[in-house]
Amino acid sequence: MNSWLDHLAIAPIVIPLLTGAAMVVVGERRRMIEAGLGVASTLLLLAVSIALLRMADSTDQAMLRVYRLGDWPVTFGIVLVVDRLAALMVLLTSILGFSALIFSLARWYRKGAHFQPLFQFQLMGLNGAFLTGDLFNLFVFFEVLLAASYGLALHGPVVARVKAGLHYIAVNLTASLLFLVGVSMIYGIAGTLNMADLAARIPAIPAEDRALLEAGAAILGVAFLIKAAMWPLGFWLPNTYSAASAPVAAILSILSKVGVYAVLRLWLLLFGDTAGDSAGFGGSWLLFGGLLTIAFGSVAVLATQHLTRLAGASVLVSSGTLLAAVGTGQVAITGGALFYLASSVLAIAAFFLLIELVDRGRELGADVLAVTREAYGDETEDEDAQEEVGIAIPAGTAILGTSFLACGLLLAGLPPLSGFLAKFAILAPLFGPGQDGLSLTGWAILIALLLSSLTTIIAVARAGINAFWKPAAEAAPSVRMTELGPIGFLLILCVILTVQAGPVMRYMEETAQSLHAPRNYIEGVFTGSADAGTGGRP
Amino acid sequence: MEAILSLAIGLLTASGVWLILRPRTFQVIIGLSLLSYAVNLFIFSTGGLRIGAAPILEPGTAGDLAQHADPLPQALVLTAIVISFATTALFLVVLLAARGLTGTDHVDGRETDQ
Repeated sequence: MNSWLDHLAIAPIVIPLLTGAAMVVVGERRRMIEAGLGVASTLLLLAVSIALLRMADSTDQAMLRVYRLGDWPVTFGIVLVVDRLAALMVLLTSILGFSALIFSLARWYRKGAHFQPLFQFQLMGLNGAFLTGDLFNLFVFFEVLLAASYGLALHGPVVARVKAGLHYIAVNLTASLLFLVGVSMIYGIAGTLNMADLAARIPAIPAEDRALLEAGAAILGVAFLIKAAMWPLGFWLPNTYSAASAPVAAILSILSKVGVYAVLRLWLLLFGDTAGDSAGFGGSWLLFGGLLTIAFGSVAVLATQHLTRLAGASVLVSSGTLLAAVGTGQVAITGGALFYLASSVLAIAAFFLLIELVDRGRELGADVLAVTREAYGDETEDEDAQEEVGIAIPAGTAILGTSFLACGLLLAGLPPLSGFLAKFAILAPLFGPGQDGLSLTGWAILIALLLSSLTTIIAVARAGINAFWKPAAEAAPSVRMTELGPIGFLLILCVILTVQAGPVMRYMEETAQSLHAPRNYIEGVFTGSADAGTGGRP
Repeated sequence: MEAILSLAIGLLTASGVWLILRPRTFQVIIGLSLLSYAVNLFIFSTGGLRIGAAPILEPGTAGDLAQHADPLPQALVLTAIVISFATTALFLVVLLAARGLTGTDHVDGRETDQ
């Protein structure tokens, strides 16, 4: 193995860090250089994350690469761990980063100061949070990504953005404090913060300390679930996401998945089947919290009058679906949930970008007016009913309409796109050959998922009718290729997810299996790069 | 010593929680600061409370927490102090921006009906 390949694991953190620093030096006056640096960095990240994914998926039995910073022994130093889940999340981050950056180049990044460096630091924080192998660095990277997201959420300040940003920052600062309390409680009991070491030590924790450890883990879980916006901790989310500018909202859509990732990783690692008396601790909280989040999100989807809030509410639905699916604690369902994660992150990001284009060129508050008109009847409805036989649809509107339809199908989980496959992959194991009849939780998940699909399709269809089926007199919104391109890119990726569902699903299932049986992870971290990292790759 | 420390942490936390639930942005920021003091003390205390423990091992002695103070919580608390200082400063800027844009220091950006 080449020596530079050994350092590939840290590249997703170092590349955006250096690029962001270089952008600060270059300064905002030289926009072309800055934009060029941004595009180069995100392209490089995309390449690196694809390489990491292939590496993590390689068939040799050491399924993870451990990168020890400064080459300190694992229990003393800091480690980065690349396994299938981390590689998948890093890849999703770079895809979203690339799309949102290209989209922002059309006009958004000029609306306020320091968009580009903040964007790079955001990517750095996200990648770091996905790659790190110990709890305290998880905290540090959380703070990096949150600090960047505070700046980005306020980008191009209007009053609504500052008001929503104020709540967002206050909620997340409190969550960070809870995070610290949880981390220090766990350290006080277990004496380590390395995730693998922690997982190895938990079965041996004496019974009198176990309650304290579980309390610490629960506080930590609350901090993650605030990020993941589980009901009732997620009231801040729709406000913040709908107030943020479009490219920022697109990148924020993976921010809520950071919380889901942390829950998935730590819960299965620390409280999996091998955790002794603590096995499965908190699982029912995840399950029922997830179900309640789906219910709340579904109602919110129906109740919204703005497209942006509709997208924000569908983030809630997707978080709830993931938490409920993870909370069942079944390997097959986790595999489906991971597929759903990939599909919904791409779809929601595309939806946020699309909404900005659709909203452009409509008068302010058009959504609200349309809903009100529906409720009270439209007086001008049949004035020009017999006028036109065929209407020429402008190309821009046609493309936007098609993309909107695709996003709607993806969000609602209807065939033929990947949203359907994802929901099917979550539900199918419930009816599998091993199950005789549905359990109560099985029924609850089934009903929640189907109802959320129904409400989403109703809300999206209503919004789409209001946005696109209107007199041609209103000018079609002017859009550029740099804005349509990223949306098309994200949607094509969803199509690829659909067509290549077999290989993707195999990857997700293997990820789920290694998450549910973390022995490989723990041993891999301890043996370190000594043999797991440099071992026989072709 | 344990009782005094836990009382101090509890008092700071209680005051902090009360303040962040108040409607004025200045109260919220003071509340967050008090909470972060409480959390910092809490992290510091997880290493165990001892007086006079050596910070660094004597040469030739075995590495055991009985002989020296636990350095990790100290490192953690240092990081936590720096981060909470930075985020508080950032929050202060947003707070001033909100005050300037909305003309009120209410957290919702508008006064409730009196």
